[in-house]
Amino acid sequence: MKILSQIKRNFSDTAVMSGRVLRHAFRSIDTLITVVAMPIVMMLLFGYVLGGAMNTGSVNYLNYVVPGIILYAIASGTAYAALRLHNDVSAGIFDRFHSMPILKSSILGGHVLTSLVFNMFSAALVLLFAVLIGFRPEAGIAAWLLVVGIMLLFTLTMTWVSVTFGLLASSAEGAGVFAYLVLVLLFISSAFAPTESMPGIVRAFAEHQPMTPLIETMRSLLLNKSVGNNALLAVIWCVGICIAFYIAATQIYKHKTA
Amino acid sequence: MRRTDTAISVSALAKSFKNVTVLRKIDFTVQKGSIFALLGSNGSGKTTTIKILSTLLKPNQGSARICGFDVVRQPERVREAISLTGQNAAVDNVLTGRENLRLIGKLRHLSDANKEVDALLERFDLLEAADRRVATYSGGMRRRLDLAMGLLGNPSVVFLDEPTTGLDPQSRITMWKIIKDLAHSGITVFLTTQYLDEADQLADQIAILNEGRIVAQGTPAELKKLLPHGHIEIRFFNEQEVQSARVLLQDFDADLDTENQTITVNTDGSIRQMSDILNRLEDAGIPVAEFAQKLPTLEDAFLTIISKRERMMPNENPLTN
Repeated sequence: MKILSQIKRNFSDTAVMSGRVLRHAFRSIDTLITVVAMPIVMMLLFGYVLGGAMNTGSVNYLNYVVPGIILYAIASGTAYAALRLHNDVSAGIFDRFHSMPILKSSILGGHVLTSLVFNMFSAALVLLFAVLIGFRPEAGIAAWLLVVGIMLLFTLTMTWVSVTFGLLASSAEGAGVFAYLVLVLLFISSAFAPTESMPGIVRAFAEHQPMTPLIETMRSLLLNKSVGNNALLAVIWCVGICIAFYIAATQIYKHKTA
Repeated sequence: MRRTDTAISVSALAKSFKNVTVLRKIDFTVQKGSIFALLGSNGSGKTTTIKILSTLLKPNQGSARICGFDVVRQPERVREAISLTGQNAAVDNVLTGRENLRLIGKLRHLSDANKEVDALLERFDLLEAADRRVATYSGGMRRRLDLAMGLLGNPSVVFLDEPTTGLDPQSRITMWKIIKDLAHSGITVFLTTQYLDEADQLADQIAILNEGRIVAQGTPAELKKLLPHGHIEIRFFNEQEVQSARVLLQDFDADLDTENQTITVNTDGSIRQMSDILNRLEDAGIPVAEFAQKLPTLEDAFLTIISKRERMMPNENPLTN
């Protein structure tokens, strides 16, 4: 019974911490613009301005580009974990938490859980908007569940990358810098144009970096096509990066607070 | 055996970061319900001491106990007994004052947090601003909220790291009153400060920390006694009187300030010496415009102790032993 109440107490600490950071996310106009409005603008831009010039074969360009937009939204959304973490460290509120009798892992855990919840929420909004302007996925329930699974895995991976950078950053501006690198990876992938259209070296890079299998897996699932080995590649990339950055982040955190 | 009236006991506590030694074996004890001030300039090791006592840092040597619990071996028990108010107000700017307090209430698993939160808002004069975001608060309000957050869940020992640094004089006096009230309600207060008057005003016991060593320890009165000589200041009406007074008091160690028509006389602080000086002036018919007895301040004590220490330093250098 004592163990049970301890577990309950620990779970409650993480929930309380997460509730705090969620308030930060929903009270920040800047976050909502970056994470919800920007992807929607991009979607309109690609769907209606650039889309006509893109050759994506038999696939309607809006249907083609939605997975890339979703990953774009998640990549820029997870960068806020770095920013908020950096703010907490520099504002001294971490010292207050560390001097209190609470579950230590709830402090980082709160940020991670918030990032998952908030980015799933914003991705859902972006998807909903996509449907409103003509996105027509053909996925069944099982495929949708897999899509959500991939989105969650990508969010979790990006969040641990973000946490690592947030702990390392010496300034608030520096904390979110990794997100730009991720966005570059996204642009040099099959997210917005088929890799076949790219020149040799760029194409080779595009086809052998983590974003392309992620995009291809989501696109195939949403358009009810064969996934091939992309799903396995995507999961291996994500799990590998996630574990590496989880270890890095927890070690840096331990070092910082010891 | 530990005495039940001891809230904090520290012995031979040492801490260094890489090659920099910050604390060199400090010792002190703090009685329950008293105010203890650790006085020192920037970089003397005050914050490091508070971080070790509040379980944020581990010492390299020595031990520290809070309410009988060891800070290294029983950090969870220590954390239940204490609260820490750090140097920058550790409040959440995005949340309102009330939300900040409730957050701490939830993390302390209080059963009736809302009631306690309301009482604290009222006590710290934050009721009106309770539902505004903390980003809109003034410096004084943030410090009060910070302290209120530290009092949720009734800690036995409260650590305040430079509680008035950066506050305007009015807020500073309010904070002093709050700190005194804490001690009256039975809470042990451990504070650090670089202000001598603050330590003098608030503390029952003061320890002066310099370069990681405690150079003096005692009540404010005891520390003042370390300076044996007080002095008196006598102001006259014109320069001629100042000159004649100087001649009259030539057997005293005195400084002349002709511009302000003032003589400063160093005395042993005794009534006999003072009345001797006044009687001589009276007998010579030199009128006195103003007379003031200057007690040694903590600042004087601080400077004297530090310079005495520095003069002693060569003997402490292991190379000369």
